[in-house]
This record gives sequence, structure tokens and C-alpha cells, in this order.
Amino acid sequence: MAQPAGCVAMSDVWIISDSIISPLGNSSVENYDAVRKGQSGIKFHETSTLSKTPIHASLITTEANLPFTRFESIAVDAVANAIDGLVLPRDKTIFILSTTKGNIELIDSNPKHARIGLNESAKFIATHFGFTHTQVVSNACISGSLALLVAQRMLAAQQFDHAVVVAAEVLSKFIVSGFQSLHALSPDACRPFDHARTGISLGEAAAAVVLSTTKGKRNLRLAGGGLSNDANHISGPSRTGKELSVAIDHALNSSKVSTTEIDFISAHGTATIFNDEMEAKAFSHSNIQHAPLHSLKGYFGHTLGAAGVVESIIAMHALEQNELIPSMGFESSGVSVPVNVVKKLERRTLNRVLKTASGFGGCNAAIILEKI
Amino acid sequence: MNFISGYSRIHQGRLITPKETTVFAAADFHDFLEKAYDQLALAYPKFYKMDPLSRLGVLASEILLRETPVSNYLPDEVAVVLSNAEASLDTDLRYQATIATAPSPSLFVYTLANVSMGEICIRHGLKGENAFFVSPSFDPQWMSRYVDLIMMQDQVKACVAGWLNVLSDRYDVFLYLVEKQKRGLSEIHSAETLARLYQ
Repeated sequence: MAQPAGCVAMSDVWIISDSIISPLGNSSVENYDAVRKGQSGIKFHETSTLSKTPIHASLITTEANLPFTRFESIAVDAVANAIDGLVLPRDKTIFILSTTKGNIELIDSNPKHARIGLNESAKFIATHFGFTHTQVVSNACISGSLALLVAQRMLAAQQFDHAVVVAAEVLSKFIVSGFQSLHALSPDACRPFDHARTGISLGEAAAAVVLSTTKGKRNLRLAGGGLSNDANHISGPSRTGKELSVAIDHALNSSKVSTTEIDFISAHGTATIFNDEMEAKAFSHSNIQHAPLHSLKGYFGHTLGAAGVVESIIAMHALEQNELIPSMGFESSGVSVPVNVVKKLERRTLNRVLKTASGFGGCNAAIILEKI
Repeated sequence: MNFISGYSRIHQGRLITPKETTVFAAADFHDFLEKAYDQLALAYPKFYKMDPLSRLGVLASEILLRETPVSNYLPDEVAVVLSNAEASLDTDLRYQATIATAPSPSLFVYTLANVSMGEICIRHGLKGENAFFVSPSFDPQWMSRYVDLIMMQDQVKACVAGWLNVLSDRYDVFLYLVEKQKRGLSEIHSAETLARLYQ
């Protein structure tokens, strides 16, 4: 007999602390302040080692802090900030790294470097902090949201007491040339959901979240989530948005939250024609199109494997501050169904946010963060 | 409790299922993929556009799901959870070689390990949840724990799970189907069973 889910005691999973390293700052508070002031990390880089042609991108200037690589250095900084002052027994803590390409920039100069391997790099970072239970989530652009959900599930089932989720991405010729070859990059700073949107701006960031089955000072929990696959195309989103909608519905059900209880949506909003259209349709399918919505890509660029964690942290601070963050780069809607895109910073009581993400390979994720 | 209904193993020139082992006298890895494709009479031209990781995933899922079909489930009810050691490094190296002259978009889209999972989902019309983990070797403990957790959800009725790894001519694949009731192989889904079947 299969054991019914109801027989297993499930714990609430609390957010304890967080940290973001980006061009906008070296802590979550610095990043949140910059975002609410309307600052963007995306700049025009006329000359860059990343590209033969000029690009708009959000780049971190930090050099590698040996023995770490650049990628590992920002991940280490994010973890160090997030776990500062916390007691996390290593045998009861899981360390999860989220990234799409990790140290891929080494493939040019040193293709045999062991830490191009994502697991090797994760172990190197984990060992620095004494973490022994290590896992790597690498699932395209839903990696960050998925890593948070994996942590939530493991903690809810009491497999661990604490989780440290760190998500990081640095840009390299490898990544930039790939998006250029797909003609996916915007010639200007990206404009999610706008009628004049022309594609992605890439970005670099590291972000860490500590989750626990024991509540800390903050009144935030990761309530639940849902996932799905389009089974349609490996590099283009679903034309209908039905699959993302299914993930959203699972997220609502698993969190025991109704559509009217969602106070805002932190969308993936990459600013490609197809992604934003697909997401808008998914929100309509799930009957959540009235909720205020933003994409944070205009501030951070698309930070790929870091995006889900960076954007969830900003969403959590927005819940705590009761502030709706405007969607940078948006003037008028360029999607075929109604969306309620936030244009001005607004104070209002906020308790729950839906965070969505989609990526290559047809993957979709939706998670719900809740203020108690 | 969940059950393993069937498995497929691709390793050292062999296709292995609970029922039979097929050995190929292949000249090299590429030749092996071709012979396996022919043997299965796959008739899926898209196969030739895929990278080796996706080809191995499509072959292994084909063998697995022919023996234990999941057509009795809705597309949303079948999850896929995969893991490997090298992520997409095999294709990363090939894409890297194109950057200096003309970066290849058709290679770049395969520089994410989970795209192989996407190809399996497309081939079999699976729309349930996905996760891709990277670990040094097949980790029966982690995989059984995570798959058991997702199977606790009402909407997840079955899960294609396993190990899908390739780098150059070294490949190792072990996919299995987990369901909530006994069928086919009917082994208890546990770390111990997975370690034994993977051997």
C-alpha cells in the first residue's frame, strides 16, 4: 500500500536569512534599496572580453579571490553573508548549489580543469564552509527556483533541519556567444512585457538563502511550489502557456493558497517575444492575471541559474517592506492578453508572492513565498 | 511505498533490460548509437539533430517505456528526475570549438544537461515535473529520497528517473520507472534496490 501523504508529518519551512551579490550591491538590503530607487546594473559595454560587439549586460567587477574562481568567489561571498551568525549543525544542513554553467569560462584556457565539473566546484565551496551534504541543481533558467523548492521539500519532510541554497552565474564568451548565435540578446537594455521588447540582457549575480524548519526572526516561509515540462520544443517556450499554468496551479494547491490571495507576481519576464507572451497566457489560464506583476530582469539582467534565487530574495524583501516594485523598462503592454504590470513604486499590504520561471528544455517552475 | 516497474541500462556496448541483454559489436560510440537506433527501429529523424547525451536519453527511455508504457497516465502525471556527473560537458567542449569561427546555435542549445530531459519529454509527451541533479556518481540514496518525496503528491503518478552520463566515448545510462503500485518488475523503490539494479 502506498502511504498517503497525510500520514507523514510535514514541517513548515522558514526563511532565515538571505544575501545578494550583484553590480547593485553586496547584500540583500543594498540590492533591494537600489532596486526601489530604480537603479539598474545593466550598462552598455562597448569593449568587453565577453563579446566582439558591444553588449548591454549587468557585470560584476570583482576579480577572483584565490583559490576560488570568479564564479566561486561571488558564491562564497553570498554564502558567507547569509550564514553569518547562524548556528547550522553541518550534519543536519544540506548545501545546494544552483547554476547553469558554473566555471565554464575556464573551458577556454584550461578545458581539463576539474572544477568545470559543477559537482567539483560545489564541493570546493561547501568544504570551505564545512558543509558535507552537497547537492547541485542544474536545470537551465529554473535552476534557482527549483533549488529553493528542492530545499523546501527536503526540509518539509524532515530529511534535514536547515538548507543553504546558493545560486550563482558569471558570464563568459561561452554564454554570451551562445545567446548571440540564437539572436536572443536585446540591442538595448531589456524591456520585459513591453510592446518594444527585443530580447534578453544578460547579468551576473550570486544569491544565497538559508531555510530552516525552525522559525527565526523573520515571518517568511516558502509555502510550496509546482513544476512542469512543455514537451514541445527544447529552446522555445510553449505557445499556449498551459504547462506553466499547470505548475502555477500545483504551486497554489501545495501552498493551500487561492488565486485571490496572491498579492503580486514576480514573473520570469526575460523580455523575449515568446517568453513574455507565454507567461502572460499562463497567468490568464490560472486566472491570476489581475495580480500586480513585475519582472526584475531590467535591474539585474537575466542571471540564468541565479535568477530564481535573486528574484525570490527581492520578492521576500518587498513582502517585508509592503512595497510593489515597478517593472523596469515597461511602458505599454506588448502581450496579447491583459497583464497588470507595476509601473510605479507603491506601498500596500503584501502577504504572498508567486515567483515563476521557465527555461530551455521546456521546464517551468512556480513557487509561493508567504509572510505570516 | 513506491515500486520500480522496469529499467533500462546502456553501458559498455550493451542495452540491458530485466528481460534481455543486447550486445552490439560496434566500432566506436557513434557506431553504437547508430546500431542501437536501428535495432529499436526508432524512426525518429530528430534523433540525428540531438547531442550524444540526448540520444542516449531517448534510446534508454524508448527501451524503458516500450516495456512499461505510461500511456495509461495523463501527460501531467509523469515526472522525470535525472542526474549525472558531467552535466553537458561533452557538448560544451564541442560548442567551445565553434566559438572562434562561427558559434553554433544548434550546439549551444544542448549545453544544458536538462535539455536531454526535455528531449525525453518531447519524445514521450511527458509534461510532469522535472529536476536535474549533478553528483559525482549515481546516488541511489538521494534519488530514492527525492523521487519518493515528489511521488507523495497526488498529481504525480509515475516518475522516469535515473542516471544519464556521457563524456567523449565513456557513457553510462540507467533509467527506471517508479510507480505507486506494483507492475512489471515490481521491486520496492529503495536505495538498496537501485544500488543492486545499477551494478
